[in-house]
Amino acid sequence: MSQLRVLVGCKRVIDYAVKVRVKPDKTGVVKEGVKHSMNPFDEIALEEAVRLKEKQVASEVIAVSCGPQACQETLRTALAMGADRALHVEVSGSEYEGLLPLGVAKILAALVKKEEANLVVLGKQAIDDDCNQTGQMLAALLDWPQATFASAVSVEGEGLAVTREVDGGLENVRLSLPAVVTADLRLNEPRYATLPNIMKSKKKPLAQMTPGDLGVDINPSLTVLSVEDPPVREAGSKVEDVDQLIAKLKDSGVF
Amino acid sequence: MSGYFLSEDELLLKNTVQDFADSEIAPRAAGYDESGEFPFDNFKGMSDLGLLGLTIDEEYGGSGGTFRQLAVAVEEIARACAATSTSYIAHLSLCAQFIHMWGTEGQKRQFLPTLANGEHIGAFALTEPGSGSDAGAMRTTATRSNGSYLLNGSKTFITNAPEASVFVVLATHDRNLKTRGIDALIMEGDSEGLSVNPLKGKMGMRASSIAEVVFEDCAVSEENRMGAEGEGFRETMQVLNSSRISIAAQCVGIAQAAYEAAVSHVKQREPFGQKLAELQAIQWMIADMATQIDAARLLVMRVASMRDAGMPFVKEASMAKLFASRVAVEAADKSVQMHGGSGYLAPTPAERYYRDAKVTEILRNTALVIARVSCEMG
Repeated sequence: MSQLRVLVGCKRVIDYAVKVRVKPDKTGVVKEGVKHSMNPFDEIALEEAVRLKEKQVASEVIAVSCGPQACQETLRTALAMGADRALHVEVSGSEYEGLLPLGVAKILAALVKKEEANLVVLGKQAIDDDCNQTGQMLAALLDWPQATFASAVSVEGEGLAVTREVDGGLENVRLSLPAVVTADLRLNEPRYATLPNIMKSKKKPLAQMTPGDLGVDINPSLTVLSVEDPPVREAGSKVEDVDQLIAKLKDSGVF
Repeated sequence: MSGYFLSEDELLLKNTVQDFADSEIAPRAAGYDESGEFPFDNFKGMSDLGLLGLTIDEEYGGSGGTFRQLAVAVEEIARACAATSTSYIAHLSLCAQFIHMWGTEGQKRQFLPTLANGEHIGAFALTEPGSGSDAGAMRTTATRSNGSYLLNGSKTFITNAPEASVFVVLATHDRNLKTRGIDALIMEGDSEGLSVNPLKGKMGMRASSIAEVVFEDCAVSEENRMGAEGEGFRETMQVLNSSRISIAAQCVGIAQAAYEAAVSHVKQREPFGQKLAELQAIQWMIADMATQIDAARLLVMRVASMRDAGMPFVKEASMAKLFASRVAVEAADKSVQMHGGSGYLAPTPAERYYRDAKVTEILRNTALVIARVSCEMG
């Protein structure tokens, strides 16, 4: 079969270990001075793409990140993990605050055409906004088949065989190429970047562009009104027996 | 946290080693401390990441890289498991680095690739029962005989010796010449006449093996001498100076681990209905610890930068090691204190950090000797 050119999304998010705090003005969460890293599901997506390259199924792996200048750190990680080159679509300030999955999907769609990619692997969702929309929107924009929540991917004939994690079990689907795949947690275990690859990553190309360069309009269709802390869980109370429990439930109007 | 003065690739390395150390090395640290077994799987992981070849040129199978990168990596490994970092430093910063700095082209090609990929483990045999920092008092003799040296004597406290396949050994061909009679020799672990007696009962760093190494008419070819005859002591001093960067980084890692354990504890523990972290006495201690650790880290990065830039760095390395080892011991001590009773015993890691930290004030010259070196150099 023809070799795959794989585009992988690598979102820069607040590190999973950081305790997230809401800003006092409730416009979002505190991002300054907080450790960021690559979205873990994107790491899995990238690992899968790099493995396709190692199996000589893919000819090139291109990492993409949309966001401020600091996204280039995330892209360096992607290059150190094995991507061949990186594309940074710079979106900053209030534009970045308002960047939604649809905007990212449009950017990715434009890049797919520009780079003549025939497979896009994304994380199933990002751990910051938990949208779980970009892959699906991208497939719709491109009118490509999609396999979301992938836990196994293999090449079969001229297409892909993908195992999806669905409620209550696994679903095996076959799809023709070009296609969009989104990675679930159990797809693989991403490798660590090795020191020699970290060194080599500095020499790999990283191109910069803006949504405007790609002719994409990322004006948001949603406005965030307020970001709130989750409600604090109140202390419970102990009951002596079932009768008391039922009485309490009736009092509180649950029963 | 401390990322702002690191370059992009240093930060990437730090994050990578941190992830690796947190998920692979740290969970095994308490187990290795208890069993005292050599952490082979940690070495395998470090080898896969290319860390065993850091600062060794790529043409000899190393990963290249700078001493700043080495400091970053050692700190993260030590934060997760100080014993592993001790074996790492003995392997890389003493044994492999000695050969890298002073070995002939042939010696480098023969020994470095397998050290840099972890196939062989390296050890450095300098200390003797009667001579440590005072190397001029060395008693292990190397007597010439037919193109070889015959070694007789014994070394002690040799880190990695039970596992090592490659030893860098210091021995004197003429005790009257004192330090000018010392030669540096590369020996293979299975050499006839070389025997290793493991030593048990270390206070800390228990997974890092140490042993007595005895030579009885142990023959080594003259071709295995590094540098000219009598140069061994001078060479050793330079290797030790360089290795102090690693030791100092190790100290920062231990201190950081002790600090993180303390912070996590005082945020959780609520005696008398108030979190420890809300007490000003605790806040002062935490602030002091954080400041001291950051200062130590800056001293480490300064000397690493100087080493990378080819500047003289002896005084700065000694200062960094002296300061950072004190910071490690103090931070570990405070951490146990803040943990209260639970800090005195496992599974709280505080007691392990405390035991591990102490040796850093002793190894690679005691604090007292380093204080003298720093002082003499003004």
